[in-house]
Amino acid sequence: MQATLDEIIGRYKAGSRESLLPLLQDIQIEYGYLNEEAILKVGQHIKLPSSKVYGIATFYDQFRFVQKGKFHFKVCRGTSCHMHGSSGILREVERALNIKEGQTTRDGRFSLEAVSCMGACGSAPVVNVNGEFRTAISIPDIARIIDLYRSTI
Amino acid sequence: MDEKQFLIEKVLAAKADIRQREVSDILSAIRHDTVTKPVVYIGSGTCGKVAGADKTLEAVNRYLEEKNLVAEIVQVGCIGICSYEPVVDIQLPGKARISFRNITHELVEPLLDDIFNSEVPAEHVFGQFNNSRHNRWENVPLIEELPFFKYQHRIVLANCGISNPDSLADYIARGGYQTYLKCIRNYTSEKICSVVDQSGLRGRGGGGYNTGQKWITAHNTVSDQKYLICNAAESDPGAFMDRAVIEGDPHLLLEGIAIAAYAVGATKAYIYVMDDYSQAFLMLNAAINQLKEYGFTGYNIFDSGIDLKVTLVRGPGAFVCGEETALINSIEGKRGMPRPKPPFPAIEGLFGKPTIVNNVETLANIPFILRHGPQRFNEIGTAEAKGTKVFAISGKAMITGLVEVPMGTKIKDIIFKIAGGVKDGKDFKAVQIGGPSGSCLPASKLDLPVGYESLWNEGAIIGSGGMIVMDEDTCMVDMAKFFMNFLQKESCGKCIPCREGTRRIHEILENITRRPTGESGFEVLERFKGIMQLAELAEVIKDTSLCGLGQTAPNPLMSAMKWFREEFEEHVFDRKCRAGVCKELRLFYIDVDKCTGCVACLRKCPVNAIVGQPRQPHFIIEEKCIGCGICFDVCKFVAVKLK
Repeated sequence: MQATLDEIIGRYKAGSRESLLPLLQDIQIEYGYLNEEAILKVGQHIKLPSSKVYGIATFYDQFRFVQKGKFHFKVCRGTSCHMHGSSGILREVERALNIKEGQTTRDGRFSLEAVSCMGACGSAPVVNVNGEFRTAISIPDIARIIDLYRSTI
Repeated sequence: MDEKQFLIEKVLAAKADIRQREVSDILSAIRHDTVTKPVVYIGSGTCGKVAGADKTLEAVNRYLEEKNLVAEIVQVGCIGICSYEPVVDIQLPGKARISFRNITHELVEPLLDDIFNSEVPAEHVFGQFNNSRHNRWENVPLIEELPFFKYQHRIVLANCGISNPDSLADYIARGGYQTYLKCIRNYTSEKICSVVDQSGLRGRGGGGYNTGQKWITAHNTVSDQKYLICNAAESDPGAFMDRAVIEGDPHLLLEGIAIAAYAVGATKAYIYVMDDYSQAFLMLNAAINQLKEYGFTGYNIFDSGIDLKVTLVRGPGAFVCGEETALINSIEGKRGMPRPKPPFPAIEGLFGKPTIVNNVETLANIPFILRHGPQRFNEIGTAEAKGTKVFAISGKAMITGLVEVPMGTKIKDIIFKIAGGVKDGKDFKAVQIGGPSGSCLPASKLDLPVGYESLWNEGAIIGSGGMIVMDEDTCMVDMAKFFMNFLQKESCGKCIPCREGTRRIHEILENITRRPTGESGFEVLERFKGIMQLAELAEVIKDTSLCGLGQTAPNPLMSAMKWFREEFEEHVFDRKCRAGVCKELRLFYIDVDKCTGCVACLRKCPVNAIVGQPRQPHFIIEEKCIGCGICFDVCKFVAVKLK
């Protein structure tokens, strides 16, 4: 059962500024992203203008404002991955899915994110799909990986 | 008597004597020094999991079930050689613990078949552990004699990949938390501060400020509440030492935190961990719960009258939050923007109270210093830098992973002796030290010893300890552009030099790597104007930024321009990239003698820049070509060539 927004907000004390970020994180864990309603309600609870809540949420890389796709691609853009050609990998994934980083495809099946380092520098370049790591990939592998996920839907 | 009660009464009690025979026997069993059934250790740090440790674990479980064998499985952290993951160690009763590399799930069965018949499969074995109570395997080198380990001096990483990180009992059996109890029972907080000061320990997170001095300042500030923050906001690309410590030996860090909190008089400690580090977060959470159970945290710890509460904070991902004042703002629920200093956090920090912010590695050194005294620690390292430093080696090195060396070790020795040099037999070009705001050093500077001032004098910083090895296929302009892009994205936007300056530098670097064809006169002018102002702009950013991020942001650019000037000039004047990395600078042509007219490239070209009839040689229209290189990749006859 998915916890409702009010339930999650109720876990934290009203008006306490330091619970703002944990609260937003909890909402994101439950729903996968922060929608307008969440920002407004959190603002009321913490007693901060919702513009400020939104400002803080956009400051941090972690928060998303669009729904994740069914398959969430994370392409590592760390230094080691960059040296092993991850910029080409990112471009190829963008081309194959026809979306830019940070976006979700219109059918809601795929979303793409570029992350700064996943700490798997030894097996660069790395792509992570829904938590599953694919290591030392090359550009031709991408079409195969995407097809694999396309066929499972 | 259960394990917990035994440890508290016989090991941790004020008058405990752990040298008693029956006590030490139980302890060595907990440490797995003596085992009664086979033990399989699986390297399950994040690097192990990426390489497939979970599937290996499943395969081991399945094997044991099928063959009806009884064995204990221990999931350990990373031993440091990430490129050998998944690492599987096996310890048979009476035999030495032996390590195997790259054991993916399909290799589990043949490996266990061999080992349970006391045979060593030669292919994947890389070493065995030295223990006087165990019989050694024949023809297997000792782990400590391998070049990777021989030159290391492990204090922080001593138990990583060896002990069971999920078990507090294991940590106590190795002497853990006895130092903490010794501190709170016998030492005053002033004494601990001065011991740390005498040891000469300096911050390992990048700033290099004297830890003891910082503690003394906070200790001497009068306040009703003080805080300790452990900075585990490790988000430099290419640095993963904090994560490895947390995943490999979380209690070492927690003991350091407990001692530090007592020394400065803090009753609340926060650990700020990046939210991406999901495994590290779970392990720390479990470890903190164990502490509560044993009574190491809470009120009146072991009847000493001291209170401590440890809270985990999930960092929502911003590079600048590694800066201590930005981190404090983030915990307070604000944007992670740095505050002007002074007042320093040790006087006015979290919620306006005295706060000590220390890096994971700094705190992980504390138990060693208090256990063996400042003298032991002082003997390691150089005059200006004491102790050891953990480096995360990645990039084009033969072995990627974590190494801990005494300060003063030559960079050359780390890269060539420990990490085995550059992979695929390529030539070494440069090494980037200190993460995205560090500097690169060329081959001629590899004799430098690692330390704070020794590197600072050459314009480099030790930073958090990322070490990225670059080979001849790396373009220095492209690397500088990559780092500037990272920094301009991560700049918090509070002060103008950093916010605007890093973006301008990135723009200028984009300009010099832009496609040379079809450039208008105005664009050429802009390009040259930018280059002329590049060095000056970098100086301004360095001198006028508010925090460490901005002050060090131009480092990668300035060092690359200093040591690899000819490469920059090639990009600017000849419009060429010798490494072939700057894609837009590549100009292609088709060798008419080799082209068979197969139309593969013509079909794939995204901008229709290739013309030609089937079975006739093709041509590239240079004005249309965007330099993507698809034709180069698809040509089976090597007819597409670089100009």
